[in-house]
Amino acid sequence: MSISVQNISKSYGPVQAVKAVSFEVLEGEIFGLIGPDGAGKTTLFRILASLLLPDAGQARVDGLDVVQDYKALRRRIGYMPGRFSLYQDLSVEENLGFFANVFGAHIRDNYDLIRDIYVQLEPFSDRRAGALSGGMKQKLALCCALIHRPRVLFLDEPGTGVDPVSRKEFWDMLRRLRASGITILVSTAYMDEAALCDRVALIQKGEILAIDTPRGLTAAYRHPLFAVRSDDMYRLIRDLRDLTPDADCYAFGEYAHLVVPGGGSPSAAILQYLEARGHTGVELLPVQATVEDSFIDLMKNGVWTT
Amino acid sequence: MNRFFAFVIKEFRHIYRDRRTMLILFGMPVIQVLLFGFVLTNEIKNAAIAILDPSKDEASLRLTSKLLSSGYFRLERSLASADALEPAFRQGKIKLALVFPPGFSHTLRHDGTAQLQLIGDASDPNTATTLINYANAIILDFQREQVALSNPNAPGAPPGIRVETRMRYNPEQKAVFNFVPGVMTLILMLVSAMMTSITLAREKELGTMEVLLVSPLQPLQILLGKTAPYLALSFLNTVLVVALGMLVFGMPMRGSFLLLGLECLLYMFVALSLGIFISTRAKTQMVAMFASALGLMMPTILLSGFLFPRESMPLLLQIISVLFPATWFIPIIKGVMIKGVGLEYLWKETLVLALMALGFIGLSLRNFKNRLE
Repeated sequence: MSISVQNISKSYGPVQAVKAVSFEVLEGEIFGLIGPDGAGKTTLFRILASLLLPDAGQARVDGLDVVQDYKALRRRIGYMPGRFSLYQDLSVEENLGFFANVFGAHIRDNYDLIRDIYVQLEPFSDRRAGALSGGMKQKLALCCALIHRPRVLFLDEPGTGVDPVSRKEFWDMLRRLRASGITILVSTAYMDEAALCDRVALIQKGEILAIDTPRGLTAAYRHPLFAVRSDDMYRLIRDLRDLTPDADCYAFGEYAHLVVPGGGSPSAAILQYLEARGHTGVELLPVQATVEDSFIDLMKNGVWTT
Repeated sequence: MNRFFAFVIKEFRHIYRDRRTMLILFGMPVIQVLLFGFVLTNEIKNAAIAILDPSKDEASLRLTSKLLSSGYFRLERSLASADALEPAFRQGKIKLALVFPPGFSHTLRHDGTAQLQLIGDASDPNTATTLINYANAIILDFQREQVALSNPNAPGAPPGIRVETRMRYNPEQKAVFNFVPGVMTLILMLVSAMMTSITLAREKELGTMEVLLVSPLQPLQILLGKTAPYLALSFLNTVLVVALGMLVFGMPMRGSFLLLGLECLLYMFVALSLGIFISTRAKTQMVAMFASALGLMMPTILLSGFLFPRESMPLLLQIISVLFPATWFIPIIKGVMIKGVGLEYLWKETLVLALMALGFIGLSLRNFKNRLE
């Protein structure tokens, strides 16, 4: 067991940011905390990185208590905060060198760990960190968090503000890191990133809704689901919500996803319904649920009951 | 140790890459010394005066030329009538007017006494008093000469007390002697306290504090690592200010450079630890800046005895002024540079500063949070 969280709670004044959260992360696992902004992900990360004291509950990271053993713990973890937290006025090389020195590590000793990432940064090693693109900044921050070969890596929303190509590269790197035995706890608000984790916890308003593998989550999705589009998407979504009393419809990329609990409406009936409302260019196809569909269902219907 | 040096090097880089910081560090001291040096001076030279002299006789002309050749006064205008006095003062053209009666020489010779009128512009009371005193002294001198002239070896010259004054350490009463120590105190406080108080707050603002906290750096390493570069730079500043004071303004250096250097280091360390103390409490750079500007700069200027003598302050302010390092540092610099005394006379002030430094570092360590919040 690499991370074990038991009934952790944390409040800021009257606002309860984390409510008795419990989960466990296995060694060498990529574990995703998936949830919208304000769900309590950052608070949970800070507690696990020993930066905040929980109001209640216990947490151990790599066998160390996050409150009592914080000094020893800080040598074993790599932490990448959600906001870019390197020195913008120092160059790429200086930033990396600084963090290596601070952790008493040598770049060359752990170079194998960061090589894949750092080769992309090397052409810019003299450039100030503040002048890097969003994707490059994230890669540099990851290098700095890894330079002392941590046992557990905390990445708080690494995908935010990064272009899709860089995000994909970033995740490829995380998978390679996992291969070297590092446990990775990553948070994100992007549902597509969830599918790349080994296991995910869906979190909302400080509570965990479900913990499962991405595949397990989508497999547990039991409602008929359709992707729909027409020439007037806005009206389409509004109309489809009135299809049956408990039908739901929401935008999903260039389509709208239509959920029909109970499954009483076959495709033909839906098409007929739309035609009667004057929709043109209608496309309707049954689809497999994604993590996002599961999450939306969970948010609406409360904790998973399977 | 490697860890600590890495931190110090990083701090140096922050400083020399930020043009604003560099400007404050090295531009400001020079500008301040020069500004204070040339502007803030209570010596009076070439004050504009007007003279109304209807007699234009031997004695009045002689007194006039004696006044004007003193270097303190410059004849701005000769007035034709008493009516011209008021406009001249109103326009602010003159600071002082000297009015002779008609037949000044004659009256003086025959009656043995004559009247003179000095009119000062007391909208600036300090200047007016000083000018009147200067003029009075010159007139008194003139009077003595007059007596000696009229009866060269008269034993019956009126008995009088001749006061012989000597201003020790600063016979010419140069204002530099006061302002160079004052400005040094001020600049070191500004650079040391303000800059360091901003630097920790900046890490908090930019979010880098989070990363530093998660690192194995000890609080003391972070605090001292923040102060070390500024200590070095402030020392350079001290050298600059002392050199400017001596070369440009003729400030004397009668004591030992070594002692001065050590005392300056001590004072800087107090200021730095004060800055660190502020920044352990301030969340943003703005708050840190205001706290150090209002909480440190103003008292340093107003309460330390730099501009206004502490003895004439209300008791409450005198007590408060004891809490500011500047109050203890100014006597030290003055002692070393102007009086040339050694540690045997300055140990008390030095001890107070040392205790302050330890106190603030201790408080900062206690305030420094190992975690966020």
